[in-house]
Amino acid sequence: MKTLTKTLLAAGLLTGAALTAIAQDAPAPEAEGGESRTSEFRTFDPTEDDWETFRSSGEITHQGGEAVYNSVCAGCHMPEGEGADGAGYYPALADNEMIAAPSYPTYVILEGQKAMPPFAGILDDQQVADVVNYIRSNFGNDFIEEWGEATAEDVEATRQ
Amino acid sequence: MTMTRRELLGAVGLAAGSAAMYSAMVSLGFAQASTYDGPINLSGAPDGSRVLVLGAGLAGMTAALELRSAGYEVQVLEYREKAGGRCWTLRGGDTYTELGGATQTVDFDEGGYLNPGPWRIPYNHHAVLDYCKRLGVRLEPFIQKNHNAYLHRSDAFDGEPQRFRHIATDYRGHVAELLAKATNQGALDQEVTADDKEKLLASLREYGVLTDDNAYVSSDDTSDYRGYDREPGGGRDAKGVASDPIPMSDILQSDLWRWLSDAESVHHQNTIFQPVGGMDMIAQAFEREVGDLITYNAKVTSMLQDEDGVTVLYEDAQDGGAPVEVTADWCVCTIPFSILGQMEHNLSSDKTRAIDTMYYAGSVKFGLEFNRRFWEEDEHIYGGITYTDLPISLISYPSNDYLSGGKGVLLGGYVWGANAYQFNAMQPEDRVKWAVEYGSRIHPQYSDEFSSGISVSWHKVPFVLGCYGIWDDKDRDYEPAVTMEPEERIVLAGEHLSYLPAWQEGAILSALDAIQQLHQHATNG
Repeated sequence: MKTLTKTLLAAGLLTGAALTAIAQDAPAPEAEGGESRTSEFRTFDPTEDDWETFRSSGEITHQGGEAVYNSVCAGCHMPEGEGADGAGYYPALADNEMIAAPSYPTYVILEGQKAMPPFAGILDDQQVADVVNYIRSNFGNDFIEEWGEATAEDVEATRQ
Repeated sequence: MTMTRRELLGAVGLAAGSAAMYSAMVSLGFAQASTYDGPINLSGAPDGSRVLVLGAGLAGMTAALELRSAGYEVQVLEYREKAGGRCWTLRGGDTYTELGGATQTVDFDEGGYLNPGPWRIPYNHHAVLDYCKRLGVRLEPFIQKNHNAYLHRSDAFDGEPQRFRHIATDYRGHVAELLAKATNQGALDQEVTADDKEKLLASLREYGVLTDDNAYVSSDDTSDYRGYDREPGGGRDAKGVASDPIPMSDILQSDLWRWLSDAESVHHQNTIFQPVGGMDMIAQAFEREVGDLITYNAKVTSMLQDEDGVTVLYEDAQDGGAPVEVTADWCVCTIPFSILGQMEHNLSSDKTRAIDTMYYAGSVKFGLEFNRRFWEEDEHIYGGITYTDLPISLISYPSNDYLSGGKGVLLGGYVWGANAYQFNAMQPEDRVKWAVEYGSRIHPQYSDEFSSGISVSWHKVPFVLGCYGIWDDKDRDYEPAVTMEPEERIVLAGEHLSYLPAWQEGAILSALDAIQQLHQHATNG
């Protein structure tokens, strides 16, 4: 929880609202599939994927590697894993042998690296394992067979 | 009876609320205002001494302005095509291309704008205010706290937004009544002397608007704070109708009290300013002073120091990225660590550790334009902030051009944490779609009145790749990072090298300390 605490403190310096917003529990989801669930939307009809978006203010609730990737990682590493270039760059994950073994991307996602934030506080072990396997088997990468899959147990063991 | 400072503060907070608490903290030396104590006035630079300043944000332009004034020959290298860095404003007609390539064209009417970065200047940010004064930047009040704005949670009061004055007045009244009861029942006799007890009860009646019997009830007195059901008027049938307080349990269970002290911290209490016309009026004012020193479209790729000076390589974006080498005797590097960590440099191992372990927080802001200023016309909200547990976190109403008719632009959200990551992963049009959806749950007028919207997600901002830096271990790394060692030719500066992170004051104070060290090195050998 060290990471989450750090984030909360830092955000709190800028606005107390951020602190409270992040610290709050998620509103309870409405009844599964019922009319009441859609009734809270006023301006557009949500898709199934939309239901997971922002469901918790402190964590990501999307499940599965592709959904986690698209809801978080794609923001910087981009939808096709192509990375981005500005004054600095976000590394491409596509065709990237650095992520051949699962241990390295697992560690980086949990702990962050350089300017990349740590995600240990907002993703659980299964989500991390799933997204590690997703990026290692997409975007021109095919590392699972040779290097094996990441598991939630591996991720738990990597957490500090 | 003796109390520790901590116990005393706890007691003050309980009895008088967070406003008094902060006031007590300031007088006890906990919360500190800016250390700025006037213009720096360096002079006597060695003849022909040349300084490279990397980055034309407020830190870099402060350094450039003051170093030139001291007699240095200054050149500033800036990645963007204009100055200001995160001191930035988007207006109608502007375009902004984020990482990933999505371009937004701002369609706001004249006068509407979004400050994607800093948006307010507290009264105690003395350095920013002094530069505004010296550079002729016009300021106007920024409304932080508005008693008529809302507090909102989806799971409280059936999702109906509550006026700040209702929650604030009732919370204060109920707490004062409780504390008065506890005092009268002798529960605080260990902590409070008989003399103090009388004063405490008198202060609680005053503070909480209690009756002579220490009760918080519906009355003209309490309605003078929380508002009447029917406001008092003039002429016939004009008598006010007192309103009923919300029961204490409803207030407590709503969790809306979480936001009551937001405007009480030293960086958010009155008076707060904003530049007339947008935050980048400060950037433009600096640019008028030092623009002739700035080389734009220069992407720095390498920064090396040795005993003779500094060699910097940059790519000239206007010349197809052709590499250019520049040298100088000294260098002030204000490049964010998110970028510096990817550059070639030969800074010390202590500094390198600080650079390589700082991560950059994400944050997202929205500028939403509406066809009319319904928050003013329908709801009598003039400036200030509505807080919500929805992913947008807040809605801030413009602190300018009140009652002006025509369109108006809201800050439609200011987002951190897990929500910011999810917004960051969206394309701009989807971000705005969500911000409009959430805002419509507080202001139903959104649906009919929405005109156009933009968003800036800081992890996608090409010139910084994040909002602001977060230290891995500030106690360990801060002093080595901000200290220019005798053998060094480069000094680091920026908001990240301050105890006011993400504030412009931190950037300027950091730059002023950096150039004093540089000047000391340059003049004392």
